Amino acid sequence: MPTPIGKTFFIDPGRCIGCQACVQACSECDTHKGQSMIQLDFIDQLNSPQTVPVVCMHCTSPTCAEVCPADAIKVTDDGVVQTARKPRCIACNNCVLACPFGVPKMHTKMNLMMKCDMCYDRTSVDLKPMCASVCPSQALFYGTWAELEELRPRSRPVNSFQFGGQLIQTRVNMMIPSASLVEHIDVTAAMFEPTVGHDIFADILLDNINQEEPL
Amino acid sequence: MTTIPVETINIIEQFGPHLAHTKATNLDTSLEPDKIVQTHCCFCGQQCGIQLKVKDNEVIGFEPWYDFPFNQGKLCPKGVKRYLQGAHPDRLLHAYQRDGSASGGFSPLSYEQAISRVAAEIERIQTQYGPHAFGLLSGASLTTEKTYLMGKFAHMCLKTSNIDYNGRLCMVSAAAGNKKAFGIDRAANPWSDILKAEVVWISGANVAECAPITTDYVWQARENGAKIIVVDPRITPIARTCDLFLPVKPGRDVALFNGILHLMIEKDWLDHDFIEQQTTGFEAVAEHVKQWTPQRTAQVTGIAEKAIHRAAELWGTASTSFLMHARGIEHHSHGVQNVLGAINIVLASGRIGREYCGYATITGQGNGQGGREHGQKCDQLPGARDLGNPEHRAYVASVWGISPDDLPPPGVDAYEIMRKIEAGEIKGLLAICFNPLVSLPDNNYVRQQLEKLEFFVAIDFFLNESARHADIILPGSLHEEDEGTVTTAEGRVIKINKAVDCPGEARQDWRIIQDLARALGREQGLTFTGPAEIFDELRQASKGGVADYSGISYEKIEQQHGIFWPCPDDDHPGTPRLFEPGSWNPVAQGQGSFYFPDGKARFNVAEYSPPAEDVDADYPIILTTGRVVSQFLSGTQTRRIGPLIDQYPEPRLEIHPRLAERLGLADGDWATTESRRGSCTLRARVLKTIRPDTVFIPYHWAGGKSANQLTISAQDPISKIPEFKVCAVRVKKADAPPAYASELEAQQ
Repeated sequence: MPTPIGKTFFIDPGRCIGCQACVQACSECDTHKGQSMIQLDFIDQLNSPQTVPVVCMHCTSPTCAEVCPADAIKVTDDGVVQTARKPRCIACNNCVLACPFGVPKMHTKMNLMMKCDMCYDRTSVDLKPMCASVCPSQALFYGTWAELEELRPRSRPVNSFQFGGQLIQTRVNMMIPSASLVEHIDVTAAMFEPTVGHDIFADILLDNINQEEPL
Repeated sequence: MTTIPVETINIIEQFGPHLAHTKATNLDTSLEPDKIVQTHCCFCGQQCGIQLKVKDNEVIGFEPWYDFPFNQGKLCPKGVKRYLQGAHPDRLLHAYQRDGSASGGFSPLSYEQAISRVAAEIERIQTQYGPHAFGLLSGASLTTEKTYLMGKFAHMCLKTSNIDYNGRLCMVSAAAGNKKAFGIDRAANPWSDILKAEVVWISGANVAECAPITTDYVWQARENGAKIIVVDPRITPIARTCDLFLPVKPGRDVALFNGILHLMIEKDWLDHDFIEQQTTGFEAVAEHVKQWTPQRTAQVTGIAEKAIHRAAELWGTASTSFLMHARGIEHHSHGVQNVLGAINIVLASGRIGREYCGYATITGQGNGQGGREHGQKCDQLPGARDLGNPEHRAYVASVWGISPDDLPPPGVDAYEIMRKIEAGEIKGLLAICFNPLVSLPDNNYVRQQLEKLEFFVAIDFFLNESARHADIILPGSLHEEDEGTVTTAEGRVIKINKAVDCPGEARQDWRIIQDLARALGREQGLTFTGPAEIFDELRQASKGGVADYSGISYEKIEQQHGIFWPCPDDDHPGTPRLFEPGSWNPVAQGQGSFYFPDGKARFNVAEYSPPAEDVDADYPIILTTGRVVSQFLSGTQTRRIGPLIDQYPEPRLEIHPRLAERLGLADGDWATTESRRGSCTLRARVLKTIRPDTVFIPYHWAGGKSANQLTISAQDPISKIPEFKVCAVRVKKADAPPAYASELEAQQ
C-alpha cells in the first residue's frame, strides 16, 4: 500500500552498519525536533557487529492505537500512524507495552507518547524521511516499488509478521533474501534462534585464521 | 619553555572540550532560515554534499542535498550533527596569549597585538638561528586555496624548508606507491566504477565507519552480483556480510598481496597482453613472489591457506573488479610496500583504466587529496611538482615572480620536525589545522618537544590540546565561514561555500597568514583579496604539472557538481577515470596512458618486512588503532558535539574473549595497556570480532585516554608515514580506575 506520493519505506537489516546516522537525523525532523524516534539495536555485540534500526512499521491495524484508552493515536488517511495527540494522551503506557515492535516511547517530561510519523512534514510534500535520506548504507530505503525492484534484485520485501497468535501487516517492508520461501517473518520463533550460525560461517574470524598459530 | 600555563583541568574549564547540544534556535521549527547554502561536509575525504540552514549568521540545521551526485543526500552521523560546531561555547572569539595568572591559562589580547607579537618572534628566531629554525605544521582539512597559501607563505615569505602537514599521518604511503607505479597520485576511478565490479577487494579500510557513504556503493555492487573480499584484523561492519573475510595479522598485508600474485601466476590468472603492452617490471616481481607460496603466506599473514586460495581465485578469475585500501595497509613502517603489493595484483589482472575496473585509496581527510597536491608538503610545489626538481622550481618561481634560487630546498616530514625541535634546529613553530599532541604517535615525546620550543603559535577555532602549549593563539575560521575548493577521494574538485561570517575577532585563515606576512614586511605575493584570487593563481601554478587545475573554475565546478582533475584547459571536461586506453597526459605525451615517459605502469617488487616492533615475551600483544564512526581524527570538533559523544562517549579497548579470559578481564573492566613508550587505562570491550592476538583502541581522545601514548614513531622510509597500525603491548587488569575517570567528562 503506497504512502502519499506512491512511495514505500523498506528496511534491509543486511545492509545496516550501525552508524546511527538515522538516529541522529531523526532528531532533526521538524515534527519532533530534538527527539529521535529511532533506536539502533545491537543484536549480540559479543559475537557480531550486526545492528538493526528500529523504526515504526506503521501497522495497517495498529495495536498501539487499538489499546489506547484515550483514542489519542490517530492514523492519517494514507495510513501513517502518528504520535499521540497531546490533548488526549494520558501517558498510561498502554501503547508502549502493547506494540509488538517496541516502537512507541513515553516522554515522561512531556507526558506524551512519541513515535515515528514517517516524517509526515517531508513525505507529504514528496521528500524522503530524514532517516532514509541520510542512511549511508541505504538499509533504510524510501522509494517506489519500481526503484526497489531495479536496485535490490537479491532480496524481496515482506510486510507480515507473526507474534505468537497475532499476524500483523505493516506498511513498512522488511527485505529478506529472494531465495527465502517464508511468507511472513515469525518473530516469536526467531527470538529463540542463535544470532549467528544459520547458513553462514559460525565464526568468519576464527575459521579463516591460520590454525597452525597458537592464539 | 612552552609547558602548559596552568593545570589541564583549569584550561578545560574555560576552553573545553565542552559539549554542544541542540538548543532553542535549533529546535524552533517555526524559524524560517534566511538562506540555505549548498556546500560540503567538513569531515572526511568523501566530502558529501550538504545544505546548511542559516538564520541570523548562525547555522541552525541542515537539509539533505539530494542533487549532489556522490552522496545524493546521504550523510553519516558526523555530517548530520556537524552544524552544532557553530556558535559553540568553546569557540575562540579573540586572540589569546599564555598567561599563568589567568584562570584558564590564557588571556585575550587584540588581534593586531597578537599578529605583531607573532611576527616579531618569527623575525627574532629567523634572524638569530636562520630561516629554517621556524617550522610550520599545516593540515589537509583546509581548502586547497589555504594549503597553496601555506606552501607559498613558508617557501616564499619565510624561506623555510620546514613545512609539513597532517596528511603525513594519512595518505602518504598511498601517494608514494601510486607515484612509483602509475606516476600520478590520485584515485584511478570515480566511485561509480565500484557499482558493477565483479569483485570488490577492501584491504585495511573500515569503510562503514571511516567512509560510510562508500558502503552504499559496495552494497550496490553486491546487489549487482559482486563478491566482496574484506581484509582486516577486525570484523568491521562492512566485513560482517562479506563473501570472504581474511583476518590478517596487523602489518602483514604485503605478504598477502605477494601470496595472491603467486597464485595468479601459478594458475595463469593474468592479463598477458596488458602486462606486456602497458607495464614494465613484471618479471622481477614474478621472480620475487615465487617464495610466497600459500603455506608461507598463511604463516606470515595468519590467514588460513584455504581462504588465501579462495581470495586468489575470486580475484584472479574476475573480469571486472575494484580494489580499495585505506590506512589499514598504509599506516606501517612498510606502508609503501603494502600499497605496491596491492597495485601489483591490480596490474597483473589488467583491470584498470576501464569502466568497472578500478583502484583507489580511500582518502581520509576532507581535503586529503587537494591538500597533498599544491605545496604544503615538505618536498612539494604546486601542481604536484617537486621542490627538489630544478625545472619545477623554475616554473613555480616564474609564477611567483621570484628567482628559483630564492626557494628553499626540500624540508622534512612532520615527525622529523619534532626531532629537529629536540635537536635544537627548530626553535619556533606555527600550527594550523594540526593537533600533533593527539594525532602523532608516541605523544609523550611530542609533548616534550612542544615544551622545548622558544615560541609556538597555533591558529584554530577551538583550543585544541596542542594549542594549550602555545604562546599565542590566533582565532581562525570554521569550514562554514570561508569559501574555496577541496578535492575529494575520487579526485573531484568541489566548492565549499561560505554560510556565515567569522564571529568576534576570528578571521579567515588566509587573512591571518597574509596579516602575518604584512607584519613581517614580506607581503610580496601574499596580498590576495580572497580565495577566488588565490585559486586563479593556483590554476597558473599547477598548469602543466601532473595535478593540473588550470581548466577548472568556480563556475564550472558549480555547474557540473565538481570537476575531476587533471583539467588542463577551459574546454576540458575533467578526467573522472585515469589511464583510459588512448588517453593523453603531459608526462607520456601520447606514448601510453600512464604518467611515465614511456606511458607504461610500473610493477615494483614489494618487500615484506615485519613491523618495526614485533611482539615478544615482554610485550606479547599487537596493538592496532583506528577510528569510530561518530568521531573524527583528533576530535577537536567532534569531541565538542554532544550527540556524537552520546553515541560513543569514551575510547574502549577491544579484546577477544579468548585473550580477555587469559588476562582475567571481563567486559567493562578497567584495563591498562602498556607499551615501551607509555600506558593507557581504558574500559575493556570484549568482542569476538577481533583477532585473539590483537587489541584495538580508537585514537580520537587526548591525555590519559590517548592511544598515541602507546604507538611507535617508526616511519616508512619512503613515505614517512608513522606505524600507527602495529606496535607491541601488554595488557593487564587495572588495579584501580584511572585518575581521569573521576575528574574529566567523557570527551575531555
